[in-house]
Amino acid sequence: MELLVASAVGMMTTVGVYLILQQRTFPIIVGLTLLSYAVNVFLFSAGRLVVDRPPIISDADAYTDPLPQALVLTAIVISFGMTALIVVLALRGFLETENDTADLPAEDLAPETEADK
Amino acid sequence: MTHWIIAPAILPALTAALLIMVWRRDIRMQRIVSITATLALLGIAALLYHLASDGEPRVYRVGAWPAPFGIVLVLDRLSATMLLLAAALALAVLVYAVAGWDARGRHFHALFQFQLLGLNGAFLTGDIFNLFVFFEVMLIASYGLMLHGGGARRLGAGFQYVAINLVASTLFLIAIGLIYGVTGTLNMADLAVKVPQVAAGNEALLRTGALLLFLVFAIKAAFVPLHWWLPGTYSAASAPVAALFAIMTKVGAYAIIRIFGTIFGADAGALAGVAVPWILPAALATLLVGAIGLLASRTLLDLASFNIIASMGTLLIAIGLFDVDGLTTALYYLVHSTLTGAALFLIVDLIATRRVEKGAALVPGHPISQAPLLGALFFLTALAAVGLPPLSGFIGKLMVLDAAYESPQASLIWLFVLGASLMMTIAFARAGSVVFWKTEGRTTGPTLATAPTSPVVVVAMLVGAIALLSIFAGPAVDAFQAAAEQALDPAGYIDAVLNSAGNVMPSTGH
Repeated sequence: MELLVASAVGMMTTVGVYLILQQRTFPIIVGLTLLSYAVNVFLFSAGRLVVDRPPIISDADAYTDPLPQALVLTAIVISFGMTALIVVLALRGFLETENDTADLPAEDLAPETEADK
Repeated sequence: MTHWIIAPAILPALTAALLIMVWRRDIRMQRIVSITATLALLGIAALLYHLASDGEPRVYRVGAWPAPFGIVLVLDRLSATMLLLAAALALAVLVYAVAGWDARGRHFHALFQFQLLGLNGAFLTGDIFNLFVFFEVMLIASYGLMLHGGGARRLGAGFQYVAINLVASTLFLIAIGLIYGVTGTLNMADLAVKVPQVAAGNEALLRTGALLLFLVFAIKAAFVPLHWWLPGTYSAASAPVAALFAIMTKVGAYAIIRIFGTIFGADAGALAGVAVPWILPAALATLLVGAIGLLASRTLLDLASFNIIASMGTLLIAIGLFDVDGLTTALYYLVHSTLTGAALFLIVDLIATRRVEKGAALVPGHPISQAPLLGALFFLTALAAVGLPPLSGFIGKLMVLDAAYESPQASLIWLFVLGASLMMTIAFARAGSVVFWKTEGRTTGPTLATAPTSPVVVVAMLVGAIALLSIFAGPAVDAFQAAAEQALDPAGYIDAVLNSAGNVMPSTGH
């Protein structure tokens, strides 16, 4: 099980980092998503890998640490919201400039006209 | 236990929610409510600063849960100073924005209040995961603010800004996981107790966690080579937003002082000062890149952005010394560079709106209206930014040189600080002479009669604040020295959080 979880975290991180280094926005977003999956699984393992134990102190003699589960839940909510935001951003950027590279549009030294505002 | 400590977090949160729900379409009410709330926040920050000035850290246990099980907010001199600075800057920026910028997109005021919530929370919290959450609140609001006003360039720069911060958040979580996995706690005071006791076998894991945490704060503080996001983001953002962002890089600096002063400070056993050897080289590189960037600026916005990077370099040199003198200097320079950086962005905006054809581009154009007034303000801010007498930049840089005198790298620090000052002087002199002197034709832009006065007044007040910081440098430095001593001595902090009489489980009444 340790091997499985560790290799899953490693694989997802590797693929995520590779995708983030791409030029276009879509692979970057997929890469960021994969990274957030990897970090969620990693956080979960910070409370040690325990099978079949309740996350509360009860009559049973052993329990699993509940805190990483709460951390993961918070991290999932935040990364979900962020992913939604960055998808919208990428889409708006694509619709306005008609290309989906992550580079800044060519620098426009002219002042912002009233029409831009 | 005083409940005022949580007020800087609750007040902006409630204000933002009200602004969205009740006055969504009424920009006038939004302005009134937002400014009133920020004024109240400034009052609360002043009250908290007064409370903290007796030198005793005060702890607020959220939900009355005892530490380290519940989340605590801790008010000490350092956090109170940051709160006061953030509130004062926010009020100035808000009054500037109300003159027109806030109407160029939706929900400016709500996002602004959420940004304040994140900033204040990050300054107050005594828990690393809670710090992460407040960082995210601050960042989510900053994404919205950064895009305020729209346009292709803002969207492009915004994508990069969001992407780099998502990567930073991921690193933050990995660091938290490592630290929790080894120590079993995330409360800063509890960590300060547990870190020296970590088994030798787990030391490498904890070291990795600590340095990853440093990496995250380094991205926020725009350490070279992690600064690439800053010029694009700040120059694309609207002027009041960029001015408010002047304090965002300082949050990174604050987090470095807090985490690496309290948890991984001198008492941390094998991990004492784990990040300190990295700070100084990166800070010197940051100062150099900032100065070169200033020389290479093609627009006034580049100038204002790279001024932030250069000032972060000077600030981080002072932090890199990591002793009382260094941190005192760092706090003085932090306040100075926040005010100067913000003032510069606002002045650049005033100039750009008056140069109708050329905007912020550093090319000769028509003379601008109100040139003597704006020129004087630009000149004074440039003096402060570069570090020429008599303003606070000069005092700050003198303090950096003085604090570094005993350091083994003194000659290197002196070389970089003085060399960079020369480069910055040339850059600002060139920019000022192109904009104000190399002009031809007739005057353009709004005249004194048609231009709104409040933005100019705000900038003048910021410059006035810089002047006050220079005049009252003595008392200010005394206060910062007390804050630095407190930040470097975690014993009082730990005692207040873990050992005080209030730290007991409340009786449940059963």
